[in-house]
Amino acid sequence: MIDLENVTKAYSTGNHALNGVSLHIDKGEFVFIVGDSGSGKSTLIKLLLKELEPTSGTIKVNGINLNKMKQRAIPKYRRKIGVVFQDFRLLKDRNVYENIAFAQRVVITPTKNIRKNVPAMLSLVGLAEKYKSYPKQLSGGEQQRVALARALVNKPNILLADEPTGNLDPKNSKEIMKLLETINERGTTVVVVTHNQEIVDQMKKRVIAMHRGVIISDERKAGYIQHAN
Amino acid sequence: MTSVKLGTYSMRISTIGYCLKQGLKNIWRNKMFSLASIATMSICIFLFGLFFCVVQNFQYMVKEVESGVSVTVFFDEDISQDEAAMKEIGAKIAAREEVEEAQFVSAEETWESYKDIYFAEAPHLAEGFANDNPLAKQAHYVIYPKDVEDQNSLVEYLESVEGIRRVNKSVEVANILTNFNLLVGYVSVAIIILLLCVSVFLISNTVTIGIAVRKEEIAIMKLIGATNSFVKAPFVVEGLLIGIIGGAIPLGLLYLLYTRLIRYMGGQFDNLAGLMQFLPVDQMFRTLLPVGLALGAGIGFFGSYLTIRKHLRV
Ligand SMILES: Nc1ncnc2c1ncn2[C@@H]1O[C@H](COP(=O)(O)OP(=O)(O)OP(=O)(O)O)[C@@H](O)[C@H]1O
Ligand SMILES: [Mg+2]
Repeated sequence: MIDLENVTKAYSTGNHALNGVSLHIDKGEFVFIVGDSGSGKSTLIKLLLKELEPTSGTIKVNGINLNKMKQRAIPKYRRKIGVVFQDFRLLKDRNVYENIAFAQRVVITPTKNIRKNVPAMLSLVGLAEKYKSYPKQLSGGEQQRVALARALVNKPNILLADEPTGNLDPKNSKEIMKLLETINERGTTVVVVTHNQEIVDQMKKRVIAMHRGVIISDERKAGYIQHAN
Repeated sequence: MTSVKLGTYSMRISTIGYCLKQGLKNIWRNKMFSLASIATMSICIFLFGLFFCVVQNFQYMVKEVESGVSVTVFFDEDISQDEAAMKEIGAKIAAREEVEEAQFVSAEETWESYKDIYFAEAPHLAEGFANDNPLAKQAHYVIYPKDVEDQNSLVEYLESVEGIRRVNKSVEVANILTNFNLLVGYVSVAIIILLLCVSVFLISNTVTIGIAVRKEEIAIMKLIGATNSFVKAPFVVEGLLIGIIGGAIPLGLLYLLYTRLIRYMGGQFDNLAGLMQFLPVDQMFRTLLPVGLALGAGIGFFGSYLTIRKHLRV
C-alpha cells in the first residue's frame, strides 16, 4: 500500500530531512512513527501527500508512483487520503461545520448527505455542540479534533495523522486513539506520528523510530523506543 | 437508474450553490474593492448605454429623414407641357437601380400645392389665375433614391439626361446627420474601450487581492483534494457577479431616464416630436438590455478568469 525506496529529501537550505529512507506499510496496518523533534516525521507525511517532492528515491502509494503522477491526478489521489496536519490547517473563515463540510464538498457530496455526515463525525470526535464555532474560538485540542473529523469524513483508505493528540489531555488522547483503532479495524490504513510514549506502549502496534532523517528501528507490537543522541 | 441521475443532478446543484455562496462571500469580505469595481463597471455600462441610445436614435432619425430625401427634376421648355414626352423620360429614370420611386407631379398639381402654401391667407388672389396656370411649365418629377448616399451620382446622371432643364437637390440634412452619427460612434467606441480596460483592470485587482488574502486557504483546499476548478470557481463567480451587478444598475437607471425623456419630449415639444422621432423604450431595451448585461458579465468573467489563471498556477 505504501512503499518508500531509498527516499531522500533535502530542503532548499541544504538540510537533509530524510536520508535514504526505505519503508513498506501494508494495507490495513496501524503504524506509529516516533522520533525526536526534527527527525523528519512531518516531512515523511508531506511526501506521502505529495505536498513535497522527494529529492531522490521513489514513493508508491496504492500502487501509483507519486513521482510520475500527473498534476491533474493529484486532487483525486489526495481525496483517498485523510490527513491530520501537525498545525491543523483549518479554514479560519469558516466554522467547524463548514470546515468539515468542505472536505465533503470537494468530493462533490450531495448537500443532504453532508447534513447527515458532518454532525455524525462531530459527535464521534466529541465536538457536537461546537459546530458553529470558528477555529480561533477553539482550544488547541478542539481544533485538533476538528482536523481529525475532517480527515475522516470522506472515509479515506489511508489516514495520515501528524501528532493527532499533541494538544489533548490523557483521557481525550486515549479516546482519540481508540477511535483511530476502530477506523483501522474497519479497513483504513492508519499512520500516526506521535510523541506520546504512554499510548504507544499501551497499544502494541508497529512502531517505526526515526532519528536525523533515517529509520533506526521498525518493530511489530513494540513499545516506545527511547534513543539517546 | 433514475436515482443515479437524480443524484448527479443534485450534486451539481449543491456545488453551484456552494460556489455562488462563496463568490458572494468573497465580494462581501472584499467590500471596498468590490464596490470600486462595481462602480466603475456601472459607469462604463452607463456610458455605453447612453451612447447606444444616442447612436440608435440618430440612426432611427436618419432613416426617417432618408425616406423623405428627394430630387426634383424639371423639363426643357419644349417638352414641359407634353406629358407623354415627360413620362417617357420619367419611366427611364424610374427604371434605374438607385431609384426607389419616381413621382410625376403635373402642372396643375404643382399650382395647387403652391397655392396652398402662398395664397393660403388670401385664396381670392389666386382666383385671378384660375384659367391661366402661371406654373404651366413647372410639371416635374420627384425622385426618391433608395439610399441618400446615391443622391449625388443620381443627380449627376439626371443632369446628363436630354430634355431635363434643372435638377433640384434637397437639403443636405441627411448628410450632416450621417456624418454626426459617425462621429458620435467613433468617440463613443473610444471612450467605451477605455472604460472597459479600466473595468477589467479593477476586477482583476479585486480578484488578485482576494487570492492574496486567501493564499493559505487555497493551499489547504488543494491539500485535501480540491481540484483547480473547484478552487477557482468562487473567484470566477465573484467577477461574474460584479459584472452583472455593475451592468444591471446602470441599465435600470437608463431605463428610468429614457422613459422620462421620451415622456418629457412628447409633452413639452409637440411640434418637435414630429421632427425628432425617438426610438420607443421597448424597442431600445430589447437590444440594449441583453447587450449591456452580456457586456458586464463578459468583462467580469474574463477579468477574473484571466487573473485567476495567472495567480493560481497549481
Ligand atoms: N520548509 C523547510 N525548509 C527547510 N527546512 C525544513 C523545512 N521543514 C522542515 N525542515 C527541517 O527538516 C527537518 C525535519 O523536519 P520535520 O518537520 O520533518 O521534523 P519532525 O520530525 O516532524 O519534528 P517535530 O517532531 O518537531 O514535528 C528539521 O531539521 C527541520 O528543521
Ligand atoms: Mg512534525
